[in-house]
Amino acid sequence: MSTEERTITQVVEASIKRRYAREKRFRLYGLIAILASLSFLAMLITTITYRGLPAFTQTFIKLDVTLDQQTLGVNDQPDIAELRKANYSGTIKNSLLTLFPDVKKRNDKKALYKLVSKGGQYELQRLVIEDPELVGDTISVWLPVGDDVNSYLKGSIDASLPEKKRRFKDNQIEWLKTLESNDQIAQRFNKTFFERGDSREPEMAGIKGALFGSVLTLMVTLILSFPIAVAAAVYLEEFAPKNRWTDLIEVNINNLAAVPSIVFGLLGLAVFINFFHLPRSAPVVGGLVLSLMTLPTIIISSRAALKSVPPSIRDAALGLGASRLQVVFHHVLPLAMPGILTGTIIGMAQALGETAPLLMIGMVAFIVDVPTAVTDPATVLPVQIFQWADLPEKGFVEKTSAAIMVLLGFLVMMNALAVYLRKKFERKW
Amino acid sequence: MTISLLLLLIFILAAAAYVIGRARALSLARQNSDRRALHSLPRYYGYMTAIWTTVPALALLALWSIFESGILTSLVTKQLPEEIRLLPANQLALVVNDIKNLAVGNISTSASDPVRITAADNYNTLVAKAHWARAILSIAAAIAGLFFGLRSITLHKRARVFVERSIMVFLIACSCIAILTTVGIVFSVLFESLRFFGKVPFTEFVFGLHWSPQTAIRADQVGSSGSFGAIPIFAGTLLISAIAMLVAVPFGLMSAIYLAEYASPRVRAWVKPLLEILAGIPTVVYGFFAALTMAPWIRNIGESIGLTVASESALAAGLVMGIMIIPFVSSLSDDVISAVPQAMRDGSLGLGATKSETIKKVVIPAALPGIVGGILLAVSRAIGETMIVVMAAGLAANLTINPLEAVTTVTVQIVTLLTGDQAFDSAKTLAAFALGLMLFVTTLILNIIALRTVRKYREQYE
Repeated sequence: MSTEERTITQVVEASIKRRYAREKRFRLYGLIAILASLSFLAMLITTITYRGLPAFTQTFIKLDVTLDQQTLGVNDQPDIAELRKANYSGTIKNSLLTLFPDVKKRNDKKALYKLVSKGGQYELQRLVIEDPELVGDTISVWLPVGDDVNSYLKGSIDASLPEKKRRFKDNQIEWLKTLESNDQIAQRFNKTFFERGDSREPEMAGIKGALFGSVLTLMVTLILSFPIAVAAAVYLEEFAPKNRWTDLIEVNINNLAAVPSIVFGLLGLAVFINFFHLPRSAPVVGGLVLSLMTLPTIIISSRAALKSVPPSIRDAALGLGASRLQVVFHHVLPLAMPGILTGTIIGMAQALGETAPLLMIGMVAFIVDVPTAVTDPATVLPVQIFQWADLPEKGFVEKTSAAIMVLLGFLVMMNALAVYLRKKFERKW
Repeated sequence: MTISLLLLLIFILAAAAYVIGRARALSLARQNSDRRALHSLPRYYGYMTAIWTTVPALALLALWSIFESGILTSLVTKQLPEEIRLLPANQLALVVNDIKNLAVGNISTSASDPVRITAADNYNTLVAKAHWARAILSIAAAIAGLFFGLRSITLHKRARVFVERSIMVFLIACSCIAILTTVGIVFSVLFESLRFFGKVPFTEFVFGLHWSPQTAIRADQVGSSGSFGAIPIFAGTLLISAIAMLVAVPFGLMSAIYLAEYASPRVRAWVKPLLEILAGIPTVVYGFFAALTMAPWIRNIGESIGLTVASESALAAGLVMGIMIIPFVSSLSDDVISAVPQAMRDGSLGLGATKSETIKKVVIPAALPGIVGGILLAVSRAIGETMIVVMAAGLAANLTINPLEAVTTVTVQIVTLLTGDQAFDSAKTLAAFALGLMLFVTTLILNIIALRTVRKYREQYE
């Protein structure tokens, strides 16, 4: 017996080490899983930030531009239409040539003109239209530099490569150095990025159009989905009898919450655009589709909020003679409102980041103008990111990352607001 | 008069109706020298009048908007010359479209023939007339409703009951929108799919091995614009989803186990929201990351060990998609693991099992139905995910299981087929709806099974 006992003890003692080792390993796997997910999150955010930060500054070049009538091609008393069409790029070219008088060859001239962005002429146009008196004067203006200069200054063009292999040539580098030594080059905050719509030139492209599109679309979504979702939640939670019809509605809501978003896009295309002939690319259609998509989210969280209001509140109100609707609208709903608002904000954040269904209803067009009404053609922030991500120019990579930073910024703000609301109004009954 | 101005006018009228209705009820009460003689509170009489003012007017406006364009089109068509009117339906539709474009000024008038220009002018005058008629009729309806509402105010009118019943109807209507949406989805994809299957046989679509919607492969092809065998697309979708699940399930599940069983409350309070940030990042951001960082990275690694990797490899898209789904799996599993009764753990620990043995032999088996349900939901999510694959996966439909090659998915094809400029009833665009139908049906089945398992599991321990 004693020998056998010893063996059992030995067996257990021998295995206990193994078992503890296994325990430790298992725990380690869990830790690794979490650390891996979190480090991915960190990696995602750092790469985006690293790529996107340069887009918030822009390089400007200071030029003395002579706005003479001859180059502009306008007469003595030009009207607005004429000023719009005037040859501003000519004046910029002249000013560059006066700075570097020994540039004579055609190719060199072309390279020199590339120092200033094509957007420079729009800047001049804006200045002259604001104040037509400027025609004939020489003004000193800061104009945005071209895409290649930006890439060179930000280090994405490798200067150690042989000249033939890079887009930015030796003479351009020389000119740039001269300008820098004359204090004619400066880095500034990139206002263009927030003040302009889309453009084919990376240095002139901005997110204002997409931001306005997003705001308009979300407005339509909120106006439609909030009242409908609250009404549906109130009915299902407070009034609905337990029967098949109610069950069917509940199954539908739970299922719709898990339907792929692109299917909502197909619905929008078939019903709103092809059947009701609503305009393509318009925020109103985008809002309709997104509100159908966010309805389940808001309904589910509103129901949870309504459920958490204790029955004693209802009983007390009923006991004082309130009708059932008065109970709900005067007492239960106000108490559940913080929870409902939290759910709504989360639903809106989801809608703000959504892309796929909007591609289906044509919000993916190249739109330069900033939309002002819900029926104007528009695009939204995530779709703008999607479009820019496809473009080959180096400048657009940083613009895309910067746009992502703006989008994430809005999402963080919305979620922080939701968390704040929850913390502030959370009530333990 | 524009529709927004009209709506504003109707709402101003409604506000007026509320004030007048309330005042009238109060004056009735005053004649009886007792406010309690009224059946309801005075404001309910106001609400009632406002409802009578808005609802009929808005209903009229909605009906008008639905039928306006159809009626106007038929009126314009009637005035076209004989030879145009007798054109086949689709050509006639083109002419009408031209006329409408002319009317709003999208085409310059110089490029068009005089018949269309007169028709466009005609259309414009009709539209102007129709809008005036719409404005006058709906305002008239609002005013008529207002007077009707006012006339119905008596001392014994049960205004509160009326108002509450109307609100109830509104509540019920709103909760039925979920059903309407489902019906709308089913009908919109089903109808277009049926039209597609009229052009391409169902069996060819489901069992065909070749997908190339762009070009004609053989001259006698049905629909004559390519071949529509969807097997390579389904295979590509499965491949990418499988890669995603291979990432998401182990990582998600292990994080959930660690958070639920090992982590201290403080760690949990920090890590859980951080993980949920991953779920809150828009998919277009993941897509950008997959295309610009992950794909080149994988290609470089592959090339350095001598493998040929496509620049749009299934691996890159699948990996990033898996990372996106981690928080989804982890939060669902966390819920079900936390719902396993503590007594079960205590029993196992009391018998001398280590914590990990308890988790593996007791907690996970007990939580398994819930975990499987959560994983099924995650699979349905992976199949329906669009932006990551649109940006990082390929367009060419290769039938392969090599994760280093480029494959395409159902959602990628839907997006590419529908974002081009195509006639809406070509086989190419209709194919997108057929794919959409497949997607909807698959995810629907997965969701229903998953939601059932999760619900059953919850009932077991509650």
